[in-house]
Amino acid sequence: MSTKTITKWSCFVSLMLVVTLIHPLTASAAQEVGAEGAADPWWFWPLILFFFCFILGIIAVLAGVGGGVLYVPLVGGFFPFHIDFVRGAGLMVALAGALAAGPGLLRRNLASLRLALPVALIASSCAIVGAMLGLYLSKIDPNIVQVCLGATIVGIAILLLLSKNTEKPVVKTQDAIGLALGMHGAFLDQSTKERVDWKTHRTLPGLVLFIFIGVLAGMFGLGAGWANVPVLNLVMGAPLKISVATSKFLLSITDTSAAWIYMNKGCVIPLMAVPSIIGLMFGSFIGVKLLSMVKPKIIRYIVISVLLFAGLKAMDKGLGIGLLG
Amino acid sequence: MNEQQNQDLKPMPEQIRYANILFAGAWLGILVMMITYLMYVSGLISAHVDMTLVTQNWNKGVDEYLKITNSPHGWAWLSLISKGDYLNFIGLVLIAVLTIFCYLFLIAGYGKRKDWAFLVITISEVVVLSVAASGILGTGGH
Repeated sequence: MSTKTITKWSCFVSLMLVVTLIHPLTASAAQEVGAEGAADPWWFWPLILFFFCFILGIIAVLAGVGGGVLYVPLVGGFFPFHIDFVRGAGLMVALAGALAAGPGLLRRNLASLRLALPVALIASSCAIVGAMLGLYLSKIDPNIVQVCLGATIVGIAILLLLSKNTEKPVVKTQDAIGLALGMHGAFLDQSTKERVDWKTHRTLPGLVLFIFIGVLAGMFGLGAGWANVPVLNLVMGAPLKISVATSKFLLSITDTSAAWIYMNKGCVIPLMAVPSIIGLMFGSFIGVKLLSMVKPKIIRYIVISVLLFAGLKAMDKGLGIGLLG
Repeated sequence: MNEQQNQDLKPMPEQIRYANILFAGAWLGILVMMITYLMYVSGLISAHVDMTLVTQNWNKGVDEYLKITNSPHGWAWLSLISKGDYLNFIGLVLIAVLTIFCYLFLIAGYGKRKDWAFLVITISEVVVLSVAASGILGTGGH
């Protein structure tokens, strides 16, 4: 199969996702369930969810985003599940993906423990606070969470559109905190066969930003790769490859703490969480195989559009306007 | 590149051990999840909450859902482990507990090389994750 054919096929799959989401039948089916209880047999939604997450897994890899950031707004906006269960499942989805990717990144020394461990301690502690805050707000009025989630997703879409990551940021002098924590290292760039030495700067502002990232991840059940990478790369000055790999590894720690809060609260329903996790994992495998053959730029723009739409839909739902169905 | 520079490119032994445990644990968790889910949905093991009742109520908030379906929270699911739906929690808990387990190896590694800052960071992380897992943070641990 030629690269052109696969790229076209990938765009088609992405467009199918968009069309499925905005199709009146999907929205009305979800609304029917919401209004009158389950109209379909019990296996209908888990089956749909499995295939939906399978496609989501392919697209997430091609677009370079985590599963959780797509899962929560899309499943929350277009499936009949309460936002509490969507966030619980979203964290498990993001966690499973991060755990599966972690070993390879650690073995290749791309995920840096020196960089990840201090950041993880801050983000995971704050994710617990975020999870508890999110569940508290949801108890008061789930629409508050929907509106805040929608605004965050729109913000993420804009961030993805505008952020220009730097392959190898220039860090002239390492700051005292970075130096004390030994936030430096080296890796072999496989594409150029060059040794790349790196160190961090602006460590304190970076660590402070992870407080907000942790809270957002816990509050909305999102994997926070969309925020980890720009902070590690643009603020702290870690090379892009180290930032991406460390971010993925970091999710396995941050999401663990928030996932436990949701799980202990009873927000993980196996009937919907397991097909979501398995579907997304299988989709990710296919996505990784396609990654070397496609030009992901178009997919990325489609995903940004889907995120914008999903964010606006969540805000619309939370505010009860009903403009987007 | 000299020997010292080559050494810099290699991950420390604890990092490799962490990766190996993560690899085995994550895939074991996913495999267990798939098997227990098939046992659950095929009806091989009866469920605590009927699947139709689940689908009729998953559009409600968590507190209301738990009340209607008479479902436990915190670690109380352990008492229902013989039920198909709660059997699924073995795989879910396995992947959620994996990081805590992996960190224990890092603690040993940093302790051995007397890296006090990272020893404190890793011990603190285990405490944070264990507190979250315990269910005592207002989530009704049982």
